[in-house]
Amino acid sequence: MADVTFTVDGRQLTAPAGTLVIEACRAAGIEIPAFCYYPGLSLQAACRMCLVRIEKMPKLQTACTTPVGEGMVIATETDEIKQARKSMLELLLANHPLDCPVCDAGGECELQDMTFKYGAGGSKFTDIKNHRDEQQWSPVVFFDRPRCILCYRCVRVCNEGMDVAALGIQFRNSGAVIAPNDITSLDCEQCGMCIDLCPVGALTSDTYRYKTRPWELTHVGTICTHCGDGCKTTLGARREENGMQIVRGDNRDKSGMNGDFLCVKGRYAFDFANNPERLTQPLVRQPDGKLAPARWEDAIALVARRFREIREERGGAAMGVIGSTRITNEEAYLLQKFARGPLQTANIDHHRTTDYPGFVKALGGETAHFGSIADALTAPAILLVGGDPTEEHPLLAWNLRTNFRHNGSRIYIANHRAIKLEHQAKATLRISYGGYADLVRSLAASDDASLPAETAHFRDALRAEQNLLIVFGAELRGDAIAPLIQFGLSLPAAKFACLGDFANSRGAMDMGLHPAFTPGYQAVSTVGLSLPQMMDAAGRNELAALYVVGDDPVGRLGLAPESLRNTFLVVQDMFLTATAQVADVVLPSASLYEKSGTVTNTYGDLQPVKKAADTTGVRSDLELIIRIADQMGEDIRALVPFGRGERGDMGQSRGVQSGEADRHAVWLAAHNLEPKLSPFDPDALLDEIQRLVPGYDVDRFALMAGEPQPVRVAAGSNFPVSTGSESIQPANDTLFTSGTLGQYSEKLTEVNRFQAEKTLVAAG
Amino acid sequence: MSATTLPAPFAPTIFSPELAARFDKLVTLYPVRRSALVPMLLYAQDEIGYLSDSAIAEIAQRIGITELDVRNVLSYYSMLRTKPAGKFNVQVCTNISCMLRGGRELLEHCERRLGIGHKQVTPDGVFSLEEVECIGACSWAPAVQVNYDFHDNLTPEAMDAVLESYRAKANE
Ligand code: SF4
Ligand code: SF4
Ligand code: SF4
Ligand code: FES
Ligand code: FES
Repeated sequence: MADVTFTVDGRQLTAPAGTLVIEACRAAGIEIPAFCYYPGLSLQAACRMCLVRIEKMPKLQTACTTPVGEGMVIATETDEIKQARKSMLELLLANHPLDCPVCDAGGECELQDMTFKYGAGGSKFTDIKNHRDEQQWSPVVFFDRPRCILCYRCVRVCNEGMDVAALGIQFRNSGAVIAPNDITSLDCEQCGMCIDLCPVGALTSDTYRYKTRPWELTHVGTICTHCGDGCKTTLGARREENGMQIVRGDNRDKSGMNGDFLCVKGRYAFDFANNPERLTQPLVRQPDGKLAPARWEDAIALVARRFREIREERGGAAMGVIGSTRITNEEAYLLQKFARGPLQTANIDHHRTTDYPGFVKALGGETAHFGSIADALTAPAILLVGGDPTEEHPLLAWNLRTNFRHNGSRIYIANHRAIKLEHQAKATLRISYGGYADLVRSLAASDDASLPAETAHFRDALRAEQNLLIVFGAELRGDAIAPLIQFGLSLPAAKFACLGDFANSRGAMDMGLHPAFTPGYQAVSTVGLSLPQMMDAAGRNELAALYVVGDDPVGRLGLAPESLRNTFLVVQDMFLTATAQVADVVLPSASLYEKSGTVTNTYGDLQPVKKAADTTGVRSDLELIIRIADQMGEDIRALVPFGRGERGDMGQSRGVQSGEADRHAVWLAAHNLEPKLSPFDPDALLDEIQRLVPGYDVDRFALMAGEPQPVRVAAGSNFPVSTGSESIQPANDTLFTSGTLGQYSEKLTEVNRFQAEKTLVAAG
Repeated sequence: MSATTLPAPFAPTIFSPELAARFDKLVTLYPVRRSALVPMLLYAQDEIGYLSDSAIAEIAQRIGITELDVRNVLSYYSMLRTKPAGKFNVQVCTNISCMLRGGRELLEHCERRLGIGHKQVTPDGVFSLEEVECIGACSWAPAVQVNYDFHDNLTPEAMDAVLESYRAKANE
């Protein structure tokens, strides 16, 4: 739109026509106070805090609803305006309690800030304040009516942002009150967005309510450990007896690619880290068959000795390694290096929930067509094949709804069941449960007269799209992926996203926790055993040692624990999982919130994670792997590049062919990076990953500045025929579950039960 | 949702066949269905005396909105109620004109006579009492509305006669 020029407080400004006065001013650094206005939501004009004087207009105007006009002359802070705002505050405070000393929002409250600024300290009201008791609406949401200033932010974010519409407004004037949809409770997605947006302390969360003051917390921005979408979450942690404990999570500063969005898991399900069942001491199986606490030195020495003995006696082929979908890229990379190096085994795998190798293979070299989660916010058209983002990929669902609301994007859905996003869909095609492969084949096929009219219509609409974001999940695996990619590549500009389930599912695969691939999908010459094959081998007494880092195959697959009886089993985990219970050695490990490194979300957006908390007694998986290797007598420098190059001359005198360490030093120098001094510095491994793993040579400085970096992996020329898709097991998580981790979050478990009961009641 | 397609009659219904038929038609009369909400609430209340949970649920379904939406609207209007009133709902105005001409005294008189307060119902279910804002009969203040009938220029004595006449009706 054409630009208009106008004057604010004597400054001449320019903004596109149609821009709201409040936004135009904010963009120029002029803050206009606002309670009801919230960027991205519909306009309300309920609070009158944003009043400004616009010349030639008879009364003060609301800056939140008035678009800028050519030649407008605006004043934002005159005595008249200050007085108007002060009066509005006085009215808002008429029934507002003097709760600030105990209110959760104290110190972060917009009403406090405004009262402080405009000085509405006294009140002309002498009547007794209306009081209502605080109500609990769900395991998460509490409502304190007297604190509410009726800005309707909560109502709008639930209606528009969440498409849940669980909040309404009832009665009128000073009796008006925000009301939940189930009379006295909330039947909803429990996302906490309403709490997050509430400018005051009227909506509070059970997790944070009356626990602490915000200035007592350290705030660290990191990445959510639950689903594969990779939301940034700012964790507030407080010192406790046993370390730094997380007490809240939000993204109020909108610093990540998720803006202010978090689902119930990102916002509240961090409490697994504080679960009293957390392991904080190594456990070693005793002659009496029981696990007993042991000293770190002894436990690690035992693991190292047995690993070495087994390698020497039975060879690497009798050993296996299982990695995790919630460890960092650096840890996954190191783990596969440890397996393939010191343990001399090709038997390495992880819980695979989707077919990334199949996707990379089908896309071939077309790396420009990898989508990002950001594309879901801007793509003019989206095709969703299978899945239910509302349950499994809440940020994707949020972005799709926002895109639809703001840009009118066209969403096409092909699914075997009804999903909530159909509310926003332009077209929905219902197919059979097993019909996905057929569907994508018919999309790619040249015109097929035998196609049902509905399918043909759906396909024709898609073919007319120029920029289509194509999103698919585990419904398509192996050879079934290729036709979809082929169809997308026939469009002028399609992008693709492949949905996997966990925080670092994509990273685990990219880093080569797979029997057929080293990092970056480079095929190995001898394919090792997959996770199910390792379990079978153990049952046949052919697996002498198994090293499980952050997974629970026994619990997850419902295996008989006896099958591992003759395997030396080492488990690194936060909890005594079903697998850990039958282990010979259990090493307590740190959660993703207790370490630094990087993770890659399912769309291939690489992001840094930062240590926000810690629990006394645990160690990061990275440290544990290194300590075991060290005790085995391995050369740690061969595993982690740290310190200077071998000869300390940066490889200059003998060229870059003089050895790995020197090559690394040359690469570091070329990238303006310093050598890392400690093997426990995850950045040392990130350096190597960036240097060696195809697709990961992204802009390091932008990454560290917190900008997600796109990872674009091209399929190598020696890509194997089979991508091993038969052992894929989708997690089938809902909004209120999170793989094998969810059960350790008390809050998530409580919410899950609460909503399950609501569903039961609704079903009669 | 197209407003031109007539929906099939809604069944099963908790309303009388006449009212149900009226509702079937009502939702088709406006460009958007929810415009029918306020009249539906009023007619439903007239028929069953108040807006029960099942009446709210059926109206929500008929229009295609949530029950929360219905409650948001109905709670805004003080004439709509979610609890049963007496057979005769006595609404005493105490807004400014009536107040100046004895509206408050009239209310207190009714409270004493009926033995109930604001928004309460007599044990026999015959009367309920409500203090209300202006009912538009200021010229003949103080005024009282009983169900849909007006009584004005009242004194406590005249009010007794009014109450008696309704009690007689209740006994018929
Ligand atoms: S928690 Fe989320 S879904 Fe529930 S009422 Fe609040 S915004 Fe709506
Ligand atoms: S509860 Fe909070 S967000 Fe909702 S209307 Fe009240 S003040 Fe605004
Ligand atoms: S959408 Fe996924 S990444 Fe985001 S907060 Fe929820 S679980 Fe975490
Ligand atoms: S911000 Fe403009 S009226 Fe509330
Ligand atoms: S003030 Fe009582 S009828 Fe108007």
